[in-house]
Amino acid sequence: MFKKEECVAMLLAGGQGSRLYTLTEKNAKPAVPFGGKYRIIDFPLSNCIHSGIDTVGVLTQYQPLMLNEYIGSGQPWDMDRISGGVTVLPPYQGKSGADWYKGTANAIYQNLHFIKRYTPEYILILSGDHIYKMDYAAMLAYHKKKHADCTIAVIEVPIEEASRFGIMHTEKDGRIDRFDEKPSKPISNKASMGIYIFNSDTLYQYLEQDAANSQSAHDFGQNIIPAMLNAGEKMFAYPFQGYWKDVGTLESFWQANMDLLGKNPAFDLNDRSFRIFSRSKDLPPQYIGDEAQIQNSIISEGCEIFGHVENSILFGSVKVEKGAHIKDSILFSDVSIGKNASIDYTIIDEGTVVKYGCQIGAPRQENKLTVIGASLAIKAKTVIEGGVMYNHPMQAKKEEA
Amino acid sequence: MGTVAGIIFSGLHDKSIGELTRKRTIAAVPFACKYRLIDFALSNMVNANIDNINVITHYNYHSLMDHIGSGKDWDLARRSGGIKLLPPFINAHANPTNFLYSSRLEALQSVAHSLDFKEPYVVLSDCDVICNLNLGKMIDEHIKSGAHMTACVHTVDTLNYNTSTGVVYSADDKGNITGLELYNPSLTGKRELSMSIMIMKTSYLHEILLEATAHSYTSFLKDIIAAHIGKRKFRIFKHKGYFARITSFADYFSLSMDLSRNKRNRYNLLHQKERPILTKIRNSPPTKYNDGCFVKDSLIADGCVIDGIVENSVIFRGVKIGKNSVVKNSILFQDTFTGENVYLNCALTDKNVVIRDDRVLSGHDTMPLYIEKGKMI
Repeated sequence: MFKKEECVAMLLAGGQGSRLYTLTEKNAKPAVPFGGKYRIIDFPLSNCIHSGIDTVGVLTQYQPLMLNEYIGSGQPWDMDRISGGVTVLPPYQGKSGADWYKGTANAIYQNLHFIKRYTPEYILILSGDHIYKMDYAAMLAYHKKKHADCTIAVIEVPIEEASRFGIMHTEKDGRIDRFDEKPSKPISNKASMGIYIFNSDTLYQYLEQDAANSQSAHDFGQNIIPAMLNAGEKMFAYPFQGYWKDVGTLESFWQANMDLLGKNPAFDLNDRSFRIFSRSKDLPPQYIGDEAQIQNSIISEGCEIFGHVENSILFGSVKVEKGAHIKDSILFSDVSIGKNASIDYTIIDEGTVVKYGCQIGAPRQENKLTVIGASLAIKAKTVIEGGVMYNHPMQAKKEEA
Repeated sequence: MGTVAGIIFSGLHDKSIGELTRKRTIAAVPFACKYRLIDFALSNMVNANIDNINVITHYNYHSLMDHIGSGKDWDLARRSGGIKLLPPFINAHANPTNFLYSSRLEALQSVAHSLDFKEPYVVLSDCDVICNLNLGKMIDEHIKSGAHMTACVHTVDTLNYNTSTGVVYSADDKGNITGLELYNPSLTGKRELSMSIMIMKTSYLHEILLEATAHSYTSFLKDIIAAHIGKRKFRIFKHKGYFARITSFADYFSLSMDLSRNKRNRYNLLHQKERPILTKIRNSPPTKYNDGCFVKDSLIADGCVIDGIVENSVIFRGVKIGKNSVVKNSILFQDTFTGENVYLNCALTDKNVVIRDDRVLSGHDTMPLYIEKGKMI
């Protein structure tokens, strides 16, 4: 028994996020930790629930264990519902064979039966790799007002960066007349945010056509959107104002975390009218010791700080011993930093223990971000230079010798 | 169905810390940045795999209901069992002199019809004791011993332990209870102080309730337990590790401070990996330390924004401390807001207190200043 929904959201969460290197080695990108206690997928899920959308399909493929476990019943986002709620949709074996999701459009196509149960008028397509707060209900209202077949959320980006995005050109009323995927010479600075609203019947039709085309890459940006434009469907750009960050690279991931800092941060997590929900671990309060010095940082529950922390993000249960210096860094849960160690412009993945006197990373000005993998033991006084992607215990031994 | 059910008395000690219980029951009194006193009783039970817990409420239980919700944050939102709040029961035909219960025994009698669970054992706990108890071990020992009742005790040295209330048990060297008396100044040496947590056979509990009804008894300890010593097999179970009992506001204040200063106590209570203390999840963002802040020796919850100076303090969720403000030796409850250039020393601000710019407020170690819920200064 399924309740009818006006709008069903489909969240593409199967991407590998290979440019995040060790952070996505055993973890899908949407499950990568962010901002001291969140994971990237918390942002689109929280947006959905704040927009009144409580039926969400999450398409998983790459390293889904952590993501599945994290989403669970959907209870943290108030999505444990009798009808609808959050449903994880992995690739599956059907009567005519088993297929991986071959592209974003193919992932949706293979799950049309999931969508159709709710007989929605509209389908919202989201991706799990952006940090932003957005009211999708306002976008849906815009879509309806324009009597559009498809609405694509766009954000204005600096023109010199425009060639990294799908770029829209619009007429005065917002109707899209041209779309270029990652153009070398961009004709506008309106970048696609990877957020689409489709009239469901239109989307069903184009997905069927696309599935029949063996030449297609089965991708929304490359295939579905151009096909609809060519056919003259009414497609509109919904201008989004506000913070939006693609966290697909280590540098942008680091920057988005830093954007949370400061008295008037670029992206504010303390907005009580728009809380970001997450699956919380029940950790004890944080303890700040007698010799601690903390400036411009975000620190989570369970942490114990006895050293210096500056311009950094510390996740749950991080320990920083006396005399240690943490600067411009992101330390994931359960990382432990020994006495007099110094960590500069570095991301350290969950559970890694850095013993006393280690020196990791190079100052921010040198522009060489260092990344240390999860659950490693870095022996005392190890020196790891700036820019190193450090992921194997063997490597640690060598450096020490 | 498990083997053990739980009963928690949420309001038996409401009068001991009047300041904090004016608008809430003792079970809902906040403690250690993010917890409420009932979290310790609940977590002890949940960590011992008890999944049928009955909370008997008294007055002012709205904030407790809000805190517990469906019980899911303690994994107690269950199809059968889980957590159940039992408000005082008075039927429509009660005569006008029929007031709310005033003792543990009356509390039990008033909800006896709801205590028909099938578990053969039952753990009873109050909310004024803060501990991280290995209740599973206590249950095992109780079942093995075949006793009617096992009382959880903490050995205190009467020289150092300062209280005017409480019950002490005397026991032989095998742990069998031989007597009980009220804590009083004439006691000497090491004594076994009751932690107001006990386990008994469910059948024995029902027997007690019948007997009490038959004889109009009102005191659980005096009329029943004391009278049964020697006739029934009663034992003690010694809890080692963190133990605190809140008997006054000054007590509450110094115990909170101790937890921020004393690492061993903090670890024994809050950092037990096998026995986490669970509480309501609030979805606060992590705490933000802005430029110009200075924080030391403090216990701090999530969701705070700190621009000022914090020393030796306990800061609850969602507290904001403005620029150039100094907070020393103080406890700031949830969503306290301090403006700029504020000076606070030895103060406890209750929920949602607003302290405007340039205010200077100070109490003393022995006489902390209490600022009521929702006050603006």
